[in-house]
Amino acid sequence: MATIAVIDYGMGNLRSVAKALEHVDDRARVRVTWEPEVIRGADRVILPGVGAIRECMSELQRLELDGVVREVAREKPFLGVCLGMQALLGESEENGGTAALGLVPGTVRHFAAGFAEAGMAAPGKVPHMGWNQVRQTRGHPLWAGVPDDSWFYFVHSYYVPLLGPDLTAGVATYGLDFTAVIARENIFATQFHPEKSQHAGLGLLANFTRWDGTD
Amino acid sequence: MTLAKRIIPCLDVDAGRVVKGVRFVDIRDAGDPVEVARRYDQAGADEITFLDITASSDDRETLVQVVEAVAAEVFMPLTVGGGIRTPADIRRMLNAGADKVGINTAAIHQPEFVEDAAERFGSQCIVVAIDAKRVSDPGEPPRWEVFTHGGRRSTGLDAVAWAQRMAHCGAGEILLTSMDRDGTREGFDLELTRAVSDAVTVPVIASGGVGGLQHLVDGVVEGRADAVLAASIFHFGEHTIAEAKAYMAARGVTVRMQEAP
Repeated sequence: MATIAVIDYGMGNLRSVAKALEHVDDRARVRVTWEPEVIRGADRVILPGVGAIRECMSELQRLELDGVVREVAREKPFLGVCLGMQALLGESEENGGTAALGLVPGTVRHFAAGFAEAGMAAPGKVPHMGWNQVRQTRGHPLWAGVPDDSWFYFVHSYYVPLLGPDLTAGVATYGLDFTAVIARENIFATQFHPEKSQHAGLGLLANFTRWDGTD
Repeated sequence: MTLAKRIIPCLDVDAGRVVKGVRFVDIRDAGDPVEVARRYDQAGADEITFLDITASSDDRETLVQVVEAVAAEVFMPLTVGGGIRTPADIRRMLNAGADKVGINTAAIHQPEFVEDAAERFGSQCIVVAIDAKRVSDPGEPPRWEVFTHGGRRSTGLDAVAWAQRMAHCGAGEILLTSMDRDGTREGFDLELTRAVSDAVTVPVIASGGVGGLQHLVDGVVEGRADAVLAASIFHFGEHTIAEAKAYMAARGVTVRMQEAP
């Protein structure tokens, strides 16, 4: 039986992620866990997370999970969600500059800084909170059955700037274009919350429970 | 392609049942929270808010169970407000499956609670609820104060300044209720909504007074709210969420149209 480890490092609403997985796949064995051996032994791994990046990184380090995450993110079907996506990058401007896991090159930025640099007025409030559409920039097994330009639920003040097409599977626009989905080999990571995005989000999670980790 | 304005049905919950007060006096029963939440999920509501109006702490435990039951079936953002006073209350609701908690009176008694909560749990899950009432006389520049106890007790705090202070403390969102309009069906207090929305950088949810679909449009266009909260027009089947969204879209408001499941 396939096991999905949802990494519990004290950040955020893990119950929703676990319940959503059980909802889309009643045979899924979902383990909400901080135990390295359970995470290493799982068939699939999810790194969720809400809150601040410094707290996220320090909790991962305190629980000695940063190495485990780097390891499983190289070999298993891996889904990062929200802060769990931002943590994959090299660093974040949040909390005065925070080093992250460095699995994907780039720097996480604050919307206000992005708007200022682009010389544009803020298109609305920060955090970017609510439903926005995601353009699928390329095909991917996790997009199967999910229509292009579907609406997903976002809540974040920091964003991942556009990365190369080889690292990106989805883009959204809030004043400026930003990376909504990172995809590379066995890694898929979303800025939005699929577990809170009703039908479209559940479709994506259902695809994840069946994904073999290839593009 | 941009961020959609949100429609949020609000469910008042007392001892595990959904109720809606009209001016907080004449209360009618609108059903089982899980059933209502599921119906709103299918109908394409953008979020759901539970407001706990229970007085006793025993019944508050009931709400935790309600949130757990709803979060196991409904995969959309859930906010829970009412009686949130300590970090333990927040933790309990988030663990039950809530995405955000609404803090009202506790913020007034202890503003640092909001700062602490935002630091600990992240601003994204901290909604500060403000109950405001107009205190200026007609003809004067409008001014509103923050009220507690269902609009009966003034705190003397200026509502706009208070919203700014709360956003500064780390509130990720402001839920703004006009106590003058709540239950009246006369529409939002648009001057209040706009004054607060223009004064803070975080999203504002307009609440209090929705009696028809044009009120929702007015709330976002004239009030500049990011989301609109309503109860009775949806709970009693006068309008569906889809009708509300079609109405708003036809008037140029960006809304999320539900994809067929």
